Amino acid sequence: MQKQKVTEVVLLACGSFNPITNMHLRMFELARDHLQDTGQYNVVKGIISPVGDAYRKKGLIEASHRLEMARLATANSDWIKVDDWESLQAEWLETAKVVRHHYEELHAEDHNKDDVDTVHHGKKRRVDENHSEISRHQERRDGPKLMLLCGADVLESFAVPNLWKQEDIAEIVGCHGLVCITRSGSDPYKFIHQSDDLWQHHRNIHVVHEWITNEISATHVRRALRRGYSVRYLLPENVIDYIQERRLYSAESEQKNADIILAPLQRYTSASSSS
Amino acid sequence: MMVTRRVPLVLLACGSFNPITNQHMRLFELARDHLHATGQYQVMGGIVSPVSDGYGKQGLALAKHRNAMAKLALGTSSWVTVDEWESQQPDWTETVETMRYHSERILKELGTHRDPNGNTPPLSCVSPQLKLLCGADFLNSFKVPGLWLDKHVEELVGRFGLVCVSRGSLQSERAVHESDLLHRHRHNIFLVTEWVRNETSATEVRRALRRGLSVKYLVPDSVIDYIHQHNLYTEDSERRNEGTLLRPLVKQARQPGKSLDD
Repeated sequence: MQKQKVTEVVLLACGSFNPITNMHLRMFELARDHLQDTGQYNVVKGIISPVGDAYRKKGLIEASHRLEMARLATANSDWIKVDDWESLQAEWLETAKVVRHHYEELHAEDHNKDDVDTVHHGKKRRVDENHSEISRHQERRDGPKLMLLCGADVLESFAVPNLWKQEDIAEIVGCHGLVCITRSGSDPYKFIHQSDDLWQHHRNIHVVHEWITNEISATHVRRALRRGYSVRYLLPENVIDYIQERRLYSAESEQKNADIILAPLQRYTSASSSS
Repeated sequence: MMVTRRVPLVLLACGSFNPITNQHMRLFELARDHLHATGQYQVMGGIVSPVSDGYGKQGLALAKHRNAMAKLALGTSSWVTVDEWESQQPDWTETVETMRYHSERILKELGTHRDPNGNTPPLSCVSPQLKLLCGADFLNSFKVPGLWLDKHVEELVGRFGLVCVSRGSLQSERAVHESDLLHRHRHNIFLVTEWVRNETSATEVRRALRRGLSVKYLVPDSVIDYIHQHNLYTEDSERRNEGTLLRPLVKQARQPGKSLDD
């Protein structure tokens, strides 16, 4: 029997990173260990893609700061990088589009430019067209696979009405893949089983168990900072210095975007009500 | 309350630190914030005191390495330091003995430091206190037969005091409630709630290292480098002291009043 081919993988994490914490960084390490342990994958790169300001999440500070903190935090990693493309977009972008962008970037070098442009600026395609387009790419070239890295909460958010477009979920999970870090107590398999959409692609969903529970959240970090408590050892020291020099998180900054509807909810809710 | 009337306090953490993790250092931060929030204490410093090689715990790396790693990890802390006294004792030292040593040392040092001109600064009317910093499982260790002598626990919580960090549950409240001795000294036991669950333990870190998995962001990079340089945690190293009784169990055996269970 032939030795199994090892597929190169790039991990992409989308989120607020408001601010980045050790937990975010830890997810990359856990995912890489897990994928490489299968013997099928070689993780060559990790990308952190902070969301743009137009996401309008409560307490979301400027992307320039969130990017810089992520850069500081990954300075001593030899494989995790920060990418500003998503955060530079004027409008909030669906995660599927961010995934698409990075997939194209990965394959742009050895790829005919016209083809990239058609995918990039392609008008609304039907789902199955997208599928075949990308799977054709993957069959044709042995470029790296792009997988979206997320926590179990993102997987579960697929079920929240108006937060995701079904075809986007199908594109992300079906064409690319998902690496989902779970905490003890949550059962993503059950969730995947209960969703026909996810079940269809369950082979593309890699569930990674985090045996050492670690609940450092950015929300918790901001709360501690507002209250003047120590956040040391929850996030890298150079990030803490950056936050403190600029007094980034305060009761005032937490009120940013208060009472504003999250961009995805606004977009899809108005779309459905107008129809 | 005026700041000057705060009681100066030093936190001491005893343990294996095999190796030191971010979570160990986090306990100090949580404890200091909690004590400052009471308005009654001013935390002057923190001490990490790695146990000596004589402890006999399975997988215990040499004290010189554990000390070195703790020093690397705390290199960037402005207030927590490593003290080698306990680890340099030829035999395992009772925690209360280590506390007596540090208590005397601190009384001397803080006394001379604060009195350069012979004046009496406001703090001098209050002696500095030394309290033992621990996790929730520590309180339960009092119940392990043969591990502690009653009189030592009495001195530990009565004369010194405990600062115990636990995870929101009633775990540590229960331990205090269920022990008459601890309950009697409950006013000297500070329970600190850690709202973010973090189960990073040195055991888990060693397990990951043995299996070749990443421990980045669980322990400082400087410590990871040190571990790799000295090839510290392997399947072989984990078998060190295998089958050996913990030194306290041997040392305190057949001494009267050893059990807290009755």
